[in-house]
Amino acid sequence: MSILVLDQLSKRYGALLVTDGISLSVDRGEIVGILGPNGAGKTTLFNLIAGTVKPNSGTITFDGRDITREGAAVRCRAGISRSFQVPQPFTGMTVFENVLVGATFGRDRAGASDFAMRALELSGLTRKANQLAGSLPLLDRKRLELARALATDPSLLLLDEIAGGLTDSECHELLEVLREVNAAGVTMVWIEHVVHALLSVAQRLVVVDFGRKIADGVPDAVMASREVKSVYLGDDVHV
Amino acid sequence: MNRFHVTRATGLSRFALALSVLLVVVLAAAPWWGSTATLRLIGEMMIYLALASLWNLLAGYTGLVSVGQQAYVGFGGYMLFTIALYLGWNPLVAIPLAGLAAALVSIPVAKLVFRLNGAYFAIGTWVVAEVFRLGFAQMSSLGGGSGSSLPVAIMRDMASSKAMRESLIYWAALALGAGSVAFVYLLLRSRIGLALTAIRDNETASSSLGIAIPRIKLAVYVCVAAATAMVGALIFLQKLRIAPDAAFSVNDWTVLVIFMVVIGGIGTIEGPIIGTILFFVLREFLADLGSVYLMILGALAIAVMMLSPQGIWGLIAGRRGLSLFPVGYRVETRGEKP
Ligand SMILES: Nc1ncnc2c1ncn2[C@@H]1O[C@H](COP(=O)(O)OP(=O)(O)O)[C@@H](O)[C@H]1O
Ligand SMILES: [Mg+2]
Repeated sequence: MSILVLDQLSKRYGALLVTDGISLSVDRGEIVGILGPNGAGKTTLFNLIAGTVKPNSGTITFDGRDITREGAAVRCRAGISRSFQVPQPFTGMTVFENVLVGATFGRDRAGASDFAMRALELSGLTRKANQLAGSLPLLDRKRLELARALATDPSLLLLDEIAGGLTDSECHELLEVLREVNAAGVTMVWIEHVVHALLSVAQRLVVVDFGRKIADGVPDAVMASREVKSVYLGDDVHV
Repeated sequence: MNRFHVTRATGLSRFALALSVLLVVVLAAAPWWGSTATLRLIGEMMIYLALASLWNLLAGYTGLVSVGQQAYVGFGGYMLFTIALYLGWNPLVAIPLAGLAAALVSIPVAKLVFRLNGAYFAIGTWVVAEVFRLGFAQMSSLGGGSGSSLPVAIMRDMASSKAMRESLIYWAALALGAGSVAFVYLLLRSRIGLALTAIRDNETASSSLGIAIPRIKLAVYVCVAAATAMVGALIFLQKLRIAPDAAFSVNDWTVLVIFMVVIGGIGTIEGPIIGTILFFVLREFLADLGSVYLMILGALAIAVMMLSPQGIWGLIAGRRGLSLFPVGYRVETRGEKP
């Protein structure tokens, strides 16, 4: 049963076709990894799914409902949540308040404070709850992205490069958290350049290049495929 | 886990709140301790405190920099006259009704001006206010361009003695002034306030976290329009006379108000309070100077803006963000006091 279906999705910036007829379906409870070189159009794909930008053509179906024309806020409340590759904290608010925004507006049940604290705990930010988000270093800003996304109680979590720069043990902790969240029923799509981290949780890999989906399947097969090798030939990929 | 609780108040804020309540009680008793002139002055200060707090909510917190709020001041005034003259109702009852009417009118206005951004939004609101002015100048039933007056009989209906009328109008002004500050404070502490702060910091992230930005902005715009119209109704109840130029004056109802908010500190609850007090102090001492007085006001505004973009309250609050009326959240974990 698919939770998310993209059908022939295209997005153009001027002359540049950044998303070129991508079709993709994600099953409920699945963890899908997305790979692709810089500028391939991965973040744009998330922007399209989360409603930050609108496609030029194609449709997006979530939970059986066509959401192509819905705004980002409606999609968030419907259960789609995303982290930003370039963190977008509310710099004048504390870490707790940042997460409280998601817990208050991204879900519709009471108990926002408890939910916000739970998200901070999962993301390892509890001790920084009262710090101004604007004073956080980059890694903590990325943790805050994860915390805010979790606080909206998503059914589909879109993660955009959250593992870069982590030490081995921090990366291990992150993977534990993602497994736990997934075990609780959250579907995930994860864009990540840290391939070994991605491969340790992803059940399926999708490769994007020049706005097109060039591979989609079980991780081993995709990593061994000719398309991926050609894309990453000369690239610094550690598997 | 779960050994935490969230606090909103601080020692300072509890003190400030107690002091504010005391001050309102003392001011409410002014008809017993103050002269007619004192009541007039405090009443006028309260009216400007209300206008300043409301404009600050709109521009400072919601990013809707309107220079057309005189549209609602004038509209409120005209609604009061319409209700009192043609329905013959008590003018004090007309004040909330004027607010309600303004709320309804502000919705289509918002649909129009919200299509504009930044400077165009500001100009758009001004144009709307001019349209209001021209519209009311056409209404011959309300005196057209030369305006109309409230008959004494209507004022007698409100209260038979002059002293009682003055007290009632004064209390209404106090209720609107203190009420506007309280309204802004409570709104900012509510989930709408959380959304406004988030929107001010980052719109993209706000909508991705579920905030319906247009709806929140519309809600604030409509609330501010309604409250501004109530203030307008009271202003012209006090003046007993209304005419289009006075009712929709950009100088009286918007420029002076912006001056107060900017000098006091835009985007803070304390700012409009300080700005209003400072403006009236300056006026008491400098009004005799004529046009030099206006030049001093202008120079002061520029000096404050250059020294401290957050106004006088910004200087006092400093980098630690001291606040008498805090709207934020602090997490306290068990056994650990910050
Ligand atoms: N708002 C935008 N305006 C113009 N071009 C954009 C915009 N956003 C992304 N692009 C372009 O789209 C391409 C894909 O970007 P992006 O989706 O961020 O790639 P990735 O996340 O795979 O690195 C890049 O060439 C980028 O410059
Ligand atoms: Mg990217």
